[in-house]
Amino acid sequence: MALSVTDLRVWYRTLKGDVKALDGVTFDVADGEIMGIAGESGCGKTTLGKALIRLDTRMRHAGGTVALDGDKLPIADDAAMRRYRYREVSLIPQYAMSAMNPTRKIGKMIRDLLAAHGVRYAEVLPELERRLGLVGLDAEVLKRYPIELSGGMKQRVVLVLSTLLDPSLLIGDEVTSALDVSSQKAVARALVEFRDRGFVRSMIVITHDISVLFQVADTILVMYAGHLAEKAPARTIIDAPLHPYTKMLIGALPQVGDRYDEQQLSGIEGRPPSLLNPPTGCRFRDRCPLAHDRCAEAPPFREVAEGHQVACWAVS
Amino acid sequence: MTATQPTTGPGTETADQASVAGATPGGRAGGDLRETLYFALRNPKVLVGGVVVLGFLVLGLVGPGFLRYAPMDYAGPPMAPPSADFPLGTTTFGQDVFAQFVAGLRSTFLVGALGAAVAGVIGMTIGFVAGYRGGLIDELLNMLTNVVLVIPGFVVLVIINAYLGVRSVPMQALYIGVFSWPWVARAVRSQTLSLRSRDFIDLARLSGVGVSTILRREVAPNMYSYLFMTFVLLFGGSILTAASLDFIGLGPTNAMSLGLMMNQAVQWSALHLGLWWWFVPPGLGITLVVGSLYIMNVGLDEVFNPKLRET
Amino acid sequence: MLTLDRLDKVYKTGTFGTADLHAVRQVSLDVQRGEVVSLIGESGSGKSTIGKMVLHLLDSSGGTMTFDGRDVTSLTFRERREYYRRVQGVFQDPFSSFNPIFKVDRTFETLRRSYFPRVPPADWRERLEEALGSVSLQPEDILGKFPHQLSGGQLQRLLVARALLLDIDLLVADEIISMLDASTRIDVLNLLVELKSRGLGILFVTHDLSLGNYVSDRVVILYKGRVVERGVTGAVFDDPLHPYTRDLLASVPHLDRTWEDVEAEETERSASLAGRCLYHEALAAQGRALGEEAGGVPDGVGLVEHSPGHFVGCFRLAADDDCPAG
Repeated sequence: MALSVTDLRVWYRTLKGDVKALDGVTFDVADGEIMGIAGESGCGKTTLGKALIRLDTRMRHAGGTVALDGDKLPIADDAAMRRYRYREVSLIPQYAMSAMNPTRKIGKMIRDLLAAHGVRYAEVLPELERRLGLVGLDAEVLKRYPIELSGGMKQRVVLVLSTLLDPSLLIGDEVTSALDVSSQKAVARALVEFRDRGFVRSMIVITHDISVLFQVADTILVMYAGHLAEKAPARTIIDAPLHPYTKMLIGALPQVGDRYDEQQLSGIEGRPPSLLNPPTGCRFRDRCPLAHDRCAEAPPFREVAEGHQVACWAVS
Repeated sequence: MTATQPTTGPGTETADQASVAGATPGGRAGGDLRETLYFALRNPKVLVGGVVVLGFLVLGLVGPGFLRYAPMDYAGPPMAPPSADFPLGTTTFGQDVFAQFVAGLRSTFLVGALGAAVAGVIGMTIGFVAGYRGGLIDELLNMLTNVVLVIPGFVVLVIINAYLGVRSVPMQALYIGVFSWPWVARAVRSQTLSLRSRDFIDLARLSGVGVSTILRREVAPNMYSYLFMTFVLLFGGSILTAASLDFIGLGPTNAMSLGLMMNQAVQWSALHLGLWWWFVPPGLGITLVVGSLYIMNVGLDEVFNPKLRET
Repeated sequence: MLTLDRLDKVYKTGTFGTADLHAVRQVSLDVQRGEVVSLIGESGSGKSTIGKMVLHLLDSSGGTMTFDGRDVTSLTFRERREYYRRVQGVFQDPFSSFNPIFKVDRTFETLRRSYFPRVPPADWRERLEEALGSVSLQPEDILGKFPHQLSGGQLQRLLVARALLLDIDLLVADEIISMLDASTRIDVLNLLVELKSRGLGILFVTHDLSLGNYVSDRVVILYKGRVVERGVTGAVFDDPLHPYTRDLLASVPHLDRTWEDVEAEETERSASLAGRCLYHEALAAQGRALGEEAGGVPDGVGLVEHSPGHFVGCFRLAADDDCPAG
């Protein structure tokens, strides 16, 4: 088992109390698996991605464990995690492509980054150029400034950079979101290719766009308000979702081909609960058409079919 | 014009539930005035600075009515140290130093307020117009700002004062104001530039509202706290400039001022004669007033910007 | 109702402003009452620029704009005010569209002071509640709140309500749902369609093809400032002609087919259209050479009608590329 997360709780410290962004999540990612995490804003997916590699100063590890390849990751200990960061676990944070230093050439930036992790640039240069070629970029790109590249190109550079040391786990947070449709396709395909070639063992792709996940991910995990709602193979989530939230979410996505006149889609009324004082029981209760009395107790995230887990009383 | 990428989408919608839940954005009009006052009154820098300035202000406004002797009267024995009759002693001509001090305070505050008003109005107008309009107007106003910024204001003031002579405190304030505005214009311009690109300005334009109304009702309110602090700084700066001019004898001679007191003290060898009560009080007065204003400003920065608060 | 005829927007770039950047190039389109026209393009296509020009937030550099027969290419301040009674806009970022230091009521207040100064408060309140009702918002949930206390979806609907207060004919919706969550997007979209049935004309600017398909009657595909294909939604999406349109459709992530499936479907169509340029073929069929296009349009930037209502432009992508037809 590559990644094993057990009952992870990560809270944000604020002046008004703790915001329970991640409140007890348990799941596994197998070797060679690309798992997509889908959900809307505030569901905790970005927190989850960040928690696996580095808790920033506002975040607090409130419970649970994370194990990578059998090793328990010391996520609460910033200094101890340094050994794992970039070498074993690598993160492509949100807005990564906008975070490149505009006054440095790409090659120089990579050199600095590698030096910070004790790797000599000259040694990895051949491999770096090879990988850039794989994603369709010329080695010339190393001599350019970030502003000279398009969004898709920058994102691919970030992808190559993050996986240069062949990490066990790559976490990509909204890597395709700010891109044009054609660049999106190129970057998404590059992700899969990297997994296929073994540069990365397993991958977690975090995004709000489920259709991209359908194209690249093996399994999809749907989150809602800090809890897990459903986890299943990608095809199953799209064709036969079980959790009411997943069903309504898929139902709210217009596809090219859906027209209003033919079939009117509808959204989900209401808003996710505040995570400052989350309600007890199932957090989707207020917006769920299937809610009943049992929902006052939080449903466990249970396996109901082969590889298919759901947290819903109406299903399990 | 750079092409913009489609933005990241829903991830930005609630922009961190955590930070929205925790922070209280400061500097908002209306209901937050009370909250601002609450924090203002609890900030030690604002409190102490405010009390000092207010104290001097009251003394300057009300004091002259209670004086026993007029500032220029030959009231008592010359060069007398402080006593019950003369709290701050007398000058070489037997004038009451305390009376001069109180009268001087009044003109000090006057020049501060007027100078700040003139510089503030000019700077803000130029800043708002340059920032909002952009293009050629912006270029021209920028050029103007840079030219005035680079001119050694104090030197020009010295020359103006020496050749044209300054008859009164309001005129002095006017001259000072006319040279103190460039930094205000720059700061206001950059703030306006950044607000200009926000959609609510476009929406105001779509409501058929004119430029001056937009500046007044939409842009300026976002900067109220900054504008307030600007005035505080201009106030202090004007006082300092005026005192410097007075000290070298280029201020209005028809009214007493703190700088003038120091000028006369030096002229009549107060330093050598050891008449400390003649030149120390005005110097200390200016230092305390301007210093307190600056300390108040630092405190206000904390009040208006919640991220700097110590709580 | 609204007609754009060969609209241009040129920016001066380069060291001394010597180079020209054609953000919008000879764009012609129209929007009628009671229909939604989608302006689809990626970044750099000029779609937002067109939206802003229609809203007179930007000046055009060439071409004409006509609204109900009147030329509105350039307007004085007074004329613009009148124009805004008929045409309004909603933008992408709901939180940037409101002044963060004021309550949301103030937006309506600004409108009232500008256009309805003599309306008594009770009447105004009634109008407000009616407008809010038509966008499915409850007055007590909205009025008296600050922008950060409401959700993006509520704010966007609020902005639509504001536009409705003026009883407009045309709404320019510039990427209005790209910053909303998936579950609220569809509600705002459905709202637009409802408004359409009330006679409103909507210019829907977006980069998302699935959204364009869902709501619009006609689509206009933009590439680097020029229109490459235009027509009834069904026709364009079922039978895309221009290589760029085909590319776009092939890159959209679907929920029922993988990219490989789509590519397989596309190869057939691409094969039949390879090495051809429908635009120049049509020109040739009309007996015209390259420089003699109808309406005095400069080389290669015009459109020909391939089938009724379905227009397509020259197949080359960059201005200095060779046309595939040779």
